[in-house]
Amino acid sequence: MKQVNSHTTTQVAEPKKEVKTLSGAEALILSLLEEKVEHIFGYPGGAIMPVYDALFDYTDKVEHILVRHEQGGIHAAQGYARSSGRVGVVFATSGPGATNLITGLADALIDSTPLVCITGQVYAHLLGTDAFQEADVISITAPVTKWNYQVTNADEIPEVLAKAFYIAKSGRPGPVLIDITKNAQLQKFDFAGCNRCDHIRSYRPKPIVRKEYIEQAAELINKAEKPFVIWGQGVILGAAEQEFKTFLEKSGLPAAWTILGAGALPSDHYLNVGMLGMHGNYGPNVLTNECDVLIAIGMRFDDRVTGRLDKYAKQAKVIHLDIDPSEIDKNVKTTVPVWGDCKETIPLLTQLVEQKKHDAWLQKFKDYHQQEVDAVIQEELFPTSDGITMGEVIQLLNEITGGEAIVVTDVGQHQMVACRYAKLNHTRSNITSGGLGTMGFALPAAIGAKVGAPERTVVAVIGDGGFQMTLQEMGTIMQSNIDVKILILNNQFLGMVRQWQELFHDRRYSFVNIASPDYVQVAKGYSISGQKVSGRETLKSGLQEMIAHKGSYLLEVMVTKENNVFPMVPQGCSVSEIRLK
Amino acid sequence: MSSQNHIERQEFNITVYTENQIGLLNRIAIIFSRRKINIESLNTSPSEIDGIHRFNIVINETEEVVRKICGQIEKQVEVLKAYYNTNEDVIWQEMALYKVPTEVIAEKALVERLLRENGARVVVIRKDYTVFETTGHREETDNLIKVLQPFGLIEFVRSARIAIIKASDGFNRKLREFEKREPHHEVVENEYLNSRDKVFTM
Ligand SMILES: Cc1ncc(C[n+]2csc(CCOP(=O)(O)OP(=O)(O)O)c2C)c(N)n1
Repeated sequence: MKQVNSHTTTQVAEPKKEVKTLSGAEALILSLLEEKVEHIFGYPGGAIMPVYDALFDYTDKVEHILVRHEQGGIHAAQGYARSSGRVGVVFATSGPGATNLITGLADALIDSTPLVCITGQVYAHLLGTDAFQEADVISITAPVTKWNYQVTNADEIPEVLAKAFYIAKSGRPGPVLIDITKNAQLQKFDFAGCNRCDHIRSYRPKPIVRKEYIEQAAELINKAEKPFVIWGQGVILGAAEQEFKTFLEKSGLPAAWTILGAGALPSDHYLNVGMLGMHGNYGPNVLTNECDVLIAIGMRFDDRVTGRLDKYAKQAKVIHLDIDPSEIDKNVKTTVPVWGDCKETIPLLTQLVEQKKHDAWLQKFKDYHQQEVDAVIQEELFPTSDGITMGEVIQLLNEITGGEAIVVTDVGQHQMVACRYAKLNHTRSNITSGGLGTMGFALPAAIGAKVGAPERTVVAVIGDGGFQMTLQEMGTIMQSNIDVKILILNNQFLGMVRQWQELFHDRRYSFVNIASPDYVQVAKGYSISGQKVSGRETLKSGLQEMIAHKGSYLLEVMVTKENNVFPMVPQGCSVSEIRLK
Repeated sequence: MSSQNHIERQEFNITVYTENQIGLLNRIAIIFSRRKINIESLNTSPSEIDGIHRFNIVINETEEVVRKICGQIEKQVEVLKAYYNTNEDVIWQEMALYKVPTEVIAEKALVERLLRENGARVVVIRKDYTVFETTGHREETDNLIKVLQPFGLIEFVRSARIAIIKASDGFNRKLREFEKREPHHEVVENEYLNSRDKVFTM
């Protein structure tokens, strides 16, 4: 069976190009250049050597960043995609190289990150024979890719590559994996140039926008007394930040964000009422169960956001804007579904909504916020006790960077604190592993983020647990000279797990005590400067030095050992049962 | 599992139109196994449209779950469309083959009569055994096993279910219409997404 037949992918007719005899590997590199790829994160090995060999001739056009582990490579590509809005590209060899990509693929799929991963594979005639470094990569990665494909013939490469990029970035973006057997990399064929792919027979990246749903949605919004917007990463992926802001400002709607939506509207915007979810803000969580119309934009009602579904926003009429039709009604029943790219749907909605101010309703959010400030925020950001809190570190960081930095977070308490309190003036400034919650994500993702947005300051906020999962990527920083600020918040615990043990397991601290090496020394071994801060008196200067330092810098801050992140919606509770302590 | 769920569960026939692509069966199967849903029956074959395959999948589930599953199936890049229908909404058949010792058939006229009554057809007659075939619903093909068991039934096999949707507006015409307009820069044929009732409760 021919798998990529000419009617599968229709290509745009372009002037006939000169036919050259090339190897599959060379055609692959040319195809990547055709897609305007400038950076590749990767790690070589036997089964992908022809590709690396071909790459050797193009190092003036495309920069390859040699990571220290394939997981680091794919997280870096994710960070790159998230900071730049482009497709992240990863190379890995067969077998162990490919299986090391799995965590990143799962992470990218659930967080809708566009990636194209190229893995080498054993010779086609060896497939299925348990050959050296053979793994059934297509089967293994099927559940964690948007699409994958195995190439066994060189002449398939230009078409498959074009298709891979189109699928990765269109519609709801996601990771794509192309597995190329070694014979296909080596094989010579007549290469007639690359053609862009912009259509696939069975693939409809964007649903058609239906006017009547826009009208119904606008009518609901116009009649609402307590309308409330919750937004997610869809706004960023659709590059609809400006449209979104205009919509909010015209309709006067208060809006709260999911962790992946952070930054799409500046933190200080008067209609930004905070973060949703398990460790979100008090007001938006409680008022979700009080609003009369809930307008969900580019978010997927993750269980960390909704808490108990049967007690979630039952009183509200729900309008759901999403590009992925299978998200509609998946977790929360909608009254009006607005399928489509929010870049198109939001402006249509803006035209129809009335200019309004919802002052009294907005004030309710502010009242709740004040309660939260009194109960939690004040002491977290400006502590009166001796120990340094994570919140105070982020607060000082905000002062120093002025909200201009990209903040990349790992997973745990520091992630929740950083996402809650980091000031973000710009979109694409918050990079975190939302759906999978992958520890070890931040350091490599920060490397990618810096490569994707070299003009910006990138600060990776990482726990002592997560840092030890991928700290080998300091080697990548050293070799490729990447300027990443590494901020370790060391509480000497796997903090988030300890918090749960404290609250839900009678303080039985089972294996959450984690010892650390001398991070400053370790960094030094990688030629990265740094210092450790244990007292408040040197905290601010330490942060200032880190930001001002030319090149990467590691700052380890010893924070209070047993601090908890509040507010918190305990697992299995409704969002209105959010606890302030 | 609450008893409520149990009551709502029924057989659903899922019809999936796909491109003919290696690995797609795996991707579709994962959608079920990941949710711990058992596939009762699965058939895949070329459809009436060139290059397009048709899956017929039977599961026992609530409509809510089936609707979401179809949404997830349609998300697969190579899937054109997934429909779901109750048994009332489709015409369905399964085929069964029965291998019986020929001497029994020859000796006992009774068997022949039973076969005829059950609408069985001879496929092969050899000296040592004879193979019969019946086509029908599960109860019908099951019936004949019971009948033949005492006569030394050697082997029995039943096919997956195939089903045709009763509603007259088939996928064929729809697909041909929008393929005529291809290649197309505009997105087409997504109207069904917005008329869920019509599509999903045929
Ligand atoms: C790869 C991986 N393993 C385990 C977990 C479970 N987990 C979530 S948070 C956490 C603790 C994180 O500790 P640390 O990195 O020190 O950060 P802190 O919570 O102390 O800020 C763990 C173990 C995870 N999210 N990812």
